[in-house]
Amino acid sequence: MTQVSSTQDAGNKIRNNPKFHELVRKRTSFAWTLSAVMLAIYFGFILLIAYGKSFLGSSLSGGVTTIGFPIGVGVILAAIALTGVYVRRANTEFDELNRQIIEEAR
Amino acid sequence: MKTLNAIVAAAATLLLSGAALAAGADMGAAEKQATNWHAIVMFVIFVGITLGITYWAARKNKTAKDFYAAGGGITGFQNGLAIAGDYMSAASFLGISALVYGSGYDGLIFSVGWLVGWPIILFLIAERLRNLGKFTFADVASYRLAQGPVRIFAATSALIVVIFYLIGQMVGAGQLIKLLFGLDYLVAVIVVGALMMVYVTFGGMTATTWVQIIKACLLLGGATFIAFGVMSTFGFSFEALFTRAIEVHPKGGAIMAPGSLVTNPIDAISLGLTLMFGTAGLPHILMRFFTVPNAKEARKSVFYATGFIGYFYILTFIIGFGAITLVATDPQYLDAAKGGLALKGGGNMPAIWLAHAIGGDIFLGFISAVAFATILAVVSGLTLAGASAISHDLYASVFARGRTTEAREVRVSRIASLGLGVIAVILGVIFEKQNVAFIVALTFSIAASATFPVLVMAMFSKSLTTRGAVIGGYIGLVGSVGCVILSKVVWVQSFGFAEPLFPFVYPTLFTMPAAFIGCWLFSKMDTSARAQAERAAYEAQAIRSETGLGAEGAAAH
Repeated sequence: MTQVSSTQDAGNKIRNNPKFHELVRKRTSFAWTLSAVMLAIYFGFILLIAYGKSFLGSSLSGGVTTIGFPIGVGVILAAIALTGVYVRRANTEFDELNRQIIEEAR
Repeated sequence: MKTLNAIVAAAATLLLSGAALAAGADMGAAEKQATNWHAIVMFVIFVGITLGITYWAARKNKTAKDFYAAGGGITGFQNGLAIAGDYMSAASFLGISALVYGSGYDGLIFSVGWLVGWPIILFLIAERLRNLGKFTFADVASYRLAQGPVRIFAATSALIVVIFYLIGQMVGAGQLIKLLFGLDYLVAVIVVGALMMVYVTFGGMTATTWVQIIKACLLLGGATFIAFGVMSTFGFSFEALFTRAIEVHPKGGAIMAPGSLVTNPIDAISLGLTLMFGTAGLPHILMRFFTVPNAKEARKSVFYATGFIGYFYILTFIIGFGAITLVATDPQYLDAAKGGLALKGGGNMPAIWLAHAIGGDIFLGFISAVAFATILAVVSGLTLAGASAISHDLYASVFARGRTTEAREVRVSRIASLGLGVIAVILGVIFEKQNVAFIVALTFSIAASATFPVLVMAMFSKSLTTRGAVIGGYIGLVGSVGCVILSKVVWVQSFGFAEPLFPFVYPTLFTMPAAFIGCWLFSKMDTSARAQAERAAYEAQAIRSETGLGAEGAAAH
């Protein structure tokens, strides 16, 4: 019982802590922005496949390698890079904010 | 070389006559023993190590948390590897490289699609899932909603996905092992079923995790070696590799651009949505996030997993082109009777024969053993996810209404994994000669159209009520199953009708929005007292979901 009420108590403090709302706002908008970037990159690629076959099939620099290859591999690398970007900011800025919120709720 | 001819002869015997046991006494079978020696020895070593781990895990398994979530003490890096091991199936290793071998650039469309779901999992799902849940994603979906209906829905869609995914793996395992090891289809399916039952029943998530980690290392190592071999043949020049591939491929320069795989833009977008959001709704993948101690490690898991999986898909692409240049040019691998690019042993063989071309008989044995291990790791993860849906969601929360003990729940889970193992073996046998091409479309469409919308709405939408979640979820589930059945892969190819009633291959473009709209609309219309209470509970959920306050910690061992 004591644990439940202390969690509720901490919950009330968090609810009234402006840092909590700051964290949620920042993290949510960052997450949805990055999701939108990923969606745009990927569906851009899909639409190129559907409508821009000849563009993807044109030569990259005079040789047989086509523009499609760096673009396709680029989408894979972009996915890895975006997760890296998110993890970096979350591990530093968001985690620090989160730590303060939990600390102040004790 | 003798070994290679023998494996082909053995495979041909099996494929043509199907009389594997009858051939047991003659010379071919004796040679077959010699052929499979490398593969079998390496596979036996793998099985020995994993059974040792299972024994160790079984002694450590004391609580439900140990069984379902490996005690919650897996690190982000380990979990990233395990996720990669759970996700990189034999189908993606052999299938994507075979697609590249057959049509070049088109293979990349699938690799990319199967990767881009991971960032979405990280941004929207992983941390909140970890903070809210305990053992299954249904914990999260039903966090502030009525346990019964939401868990029944979640368990139903999880079980459909798990069972069909298992069928695909079992049929693949049977065909592959028949070919690579010279074992009978039935024997192969039973070996896979029996081993996965042992891992899951005795070792739970701890053993499953380590099987997946070891398999991921073996597969990444093996694929790296093949790709390195290919690139060193061409002086590490992609231009040289592609030039040679265009010279020898019957499609010539067309392999360097998207071809006929995706023609209709609606199908292209729907395929994209299916691959991207399907990944984010697979029960065995979501379950892996409960094995780490906190949201930070959950987040790191996805970063490592995305890196490993992306790297692996780039390798499969090199492997596909390597097979065009090194396998398609070598008559010993080609099926002369069929002509063209057709390979001995069938369409999934490019990566396998390339392993032989690069590393000889011993490496062929190694890659065969890795392919077998890959299937085992994936089916173990699936079985555990299915067993958890039965024991944690259906039995403990719905049937016993929470009035049960942990020990009894884990016992139910063990029985359920045995049951799922038996079902998987039986279905594997039934589906041996069936067309299983619909399975990816079916499982990923359900995950994207039923699981994913409910999970996202439960996490982000204050207005979601039980009624909305359940109706929206079933719209997605019934819609995606129905459309796949009415589409070409089932309606025409399996049932033999002339024209499909649903004109597209993947229904997600229609069923995923329908599920979201269903969740939203029926929640809005829900004015019951229960709905009011559920909306009021959102704030407390959000505090736990965002800060991790009150979240399940690591086991105190």
